Amino acid sequence: MWANINILWEAPGFLVDLLANGLLIGSIFALAAFGMALVWGVMNIINIVQGEYVMLGGFVTFYLVQAGIPPLFGVPVAAAVLFILGWGMYRVVIHRVVDKDMFISILATFGISILLAQLTNELFGSDVRTVEAGLDTLQFLDGMVSISEIKLLAFVLTLTIGLTLWLFLKRSRLGQAIRATAQNPRAARILGIDTDRVFAATYALNAALCGAAGALVVMAWAIHPYIGLPYTVRSFMIVVTAGLGNIGGVVVAGLGLGALENLAGFVLGAEFQIAFVFTLMVVILVLRNLLLRRQRKYLK
Amino acid sequence: MNRRLALYGAAALVSLAAPHLLPNYVSQLSMLWVMILFALTWDILGGQMGYNSFGNIVFFGVGAYACAVIQRDAGLAYFPGLFLGLAVAAVLATLIAAILGSGILGLRGHYFAIGTLGLGIAAGELASGWDYIGAGSGLVPPLYPGELGGRELFFYYLFMVLAVVTFVTLRRLYAGRFGLCLNAIRDDEDKAEAMGLPTTRIKTLAWCVAAFFLGLTGAGMGNLLGFIDPRDVAFAGPTFGVWMVLMAILGGKGTLWGPVLGAVVFHVTQELFWTYLLGWQRVALGLLIVGIVVFFPQGILGWAREHWPERFGHRVEEKAS
Repeated sequence: MWANINILWEAPGFLVDLLANGLLIGSIFALAAFGMALVWGVMNIINIVQGEYVMLGGFVTFYLVQAGIPPLFGVPVAAAVLFILGWGMYRVVIHRVVDKDMFISILATFGISILLAQLTNELFGSDVRTVEAGLDTLQFLDGMVSISEIKLLAFVLTLTIGLTLWLFLKRSRLGQAIRATAQNPRAARILGIDTDRVFAATYALNAALCGAAGALVVMAWAIHPYIGLPYTVRSFMIVVTAGLGNIGGVVVAGLGLGALENLAGFVLGAEFQIAFVFTLMVVILVLRNLLLRRQRKYLK
Repeated sequence: MNRRLALYGAAALVSLAAPHLLPNYVSQLSMLWVMILFALTWDILGGQMGYNSFGNIVFFGVGAYACAVIQRDAGLAYFPGLFLGLAVAAVLATLIAAILGSGILGLRGHYFAIGTLGLGIAAGELASGWDYIGAGSGLVPPLYPGELGGRELFFYYLFMVLAVVTFVTLRRLYAGRFGLCLNAIRDDEDKAEAMGLPTTRIKTLAWCVAAFFLGLTGAGMGNLLGFIDPRDVAFAGPTFGVWMVLMAILGGKGTLWGPVLGAVVFHVTQELFWTYLLGWQRVALGLLIVGIVVFFPQGILGWAREHWPERFGHRVEEKAS
């Protein structure tokens, strides 16, 4: 561990490389976190399936490329497929747990998450898959810093989607209905908003966002059936840090998490990277709660 | 009262005789006791106190590793080593619960659920990267010295005694002031605190009780299986960690017999049918979770209570005509 820190000290260019790549990867985390914040804020459900939607988005892209379609088309197609899947999932399971106890919805989505991960494993096998996006890698600082264009693309895409989402929620009819439902579902229903449809649209939109994130993950990184839960935890962590209904905060927290994780993965060794993510989440939760505890409040 | 005594007697007789009646299934029967222990200890927090933990598996894993490390390094004969290991496992698990408890148990509701979920997975990942305890390739506890089949029998009775002790302890705890405190925290924690209950201390104590018995279970389990894998045995969140929640809910959480009933039903079904699923077990597990949680959240005992309330000592109000 100290040896690794020393390397970073000796070669600051490498540190820049780690941080820059981490920031760009963090933008993919932020994309999945948008969805989680949306579902959490509007439906009061913590969606553990999040990561599995990311994983499935990656699989959709992978098989599209196998069929000979250029990988960049994978992003919209994965989003569309996952939108439909999310809508179906809402109709079959999620609408039964919307107004139930929080624990029921957590456990139900946890069940779906296990179901999807295992189903994917049985149907497609547990190999690690990746897709060659066919883009170049940019070099800076005499080759010390190398950034692949696909990660840059992911970064730009996240910002664009975040902006679109913000405009959509502010301006569009459905966006206003979603915000109204988030504030007070009962009042929204009285005013003639079909909250069931709003919930379905929100949930499907979340799945679509995750699908797009998954398409980027398979191009920038790799996927396998059990990759889901870390993504869920990352989205959760980002939302908890940023607070609900704060799209800018989600982007910043996502980027920060990506950079921190990439750095920790190098300093502690790659085998501890997942452990770091989960431990960091527990630490963030406990710390935030302790700070609130001084005012005799707690995380709600 | 006599009927109840007869019931307990019959249960004791069946439990004592079972390994001799079904000599080929002793290890499955031992697993049944382990499942009962899982469900019972989960229900202390999940059912009685309303804190739904997905991370209780941590204490199980800590127990398994602590015992195996003691057996490996203490240089004692098998049985002294095992019993020292059991003791250390229980103490260490309780200690960890006490240390973690003050921070983690301050979280409430879904934050607690997700926080503990993270805790369980983090522990598994850490264990599989730590060379001292065998890292990813796991640990192998020493071989049982007795004759063939003696190991299963020994651990069957060990787990049986442990489960009975746990059951009796919890029964006593729930019947007294402690149980009332737990229920008060479940029903309204702020009010309980305002009434002067030291809620943090009670919550931590409850977690310590669960950790104590889970640590012992883990220590025995490592020896029964003869192999400790960090992700698939010790910190097996997706299997044991979820099963304990599922079994408690299936039987009816917040009751004493519910988790026992749920564990028996779950384990027997699993042993009978899951071999036919050929690798699709975990898919079935996912379906089962969704099904039970969405359609049957009150559990078997909760359902029975709705249908025959008078049997549970609830007075049924006569409808005013």
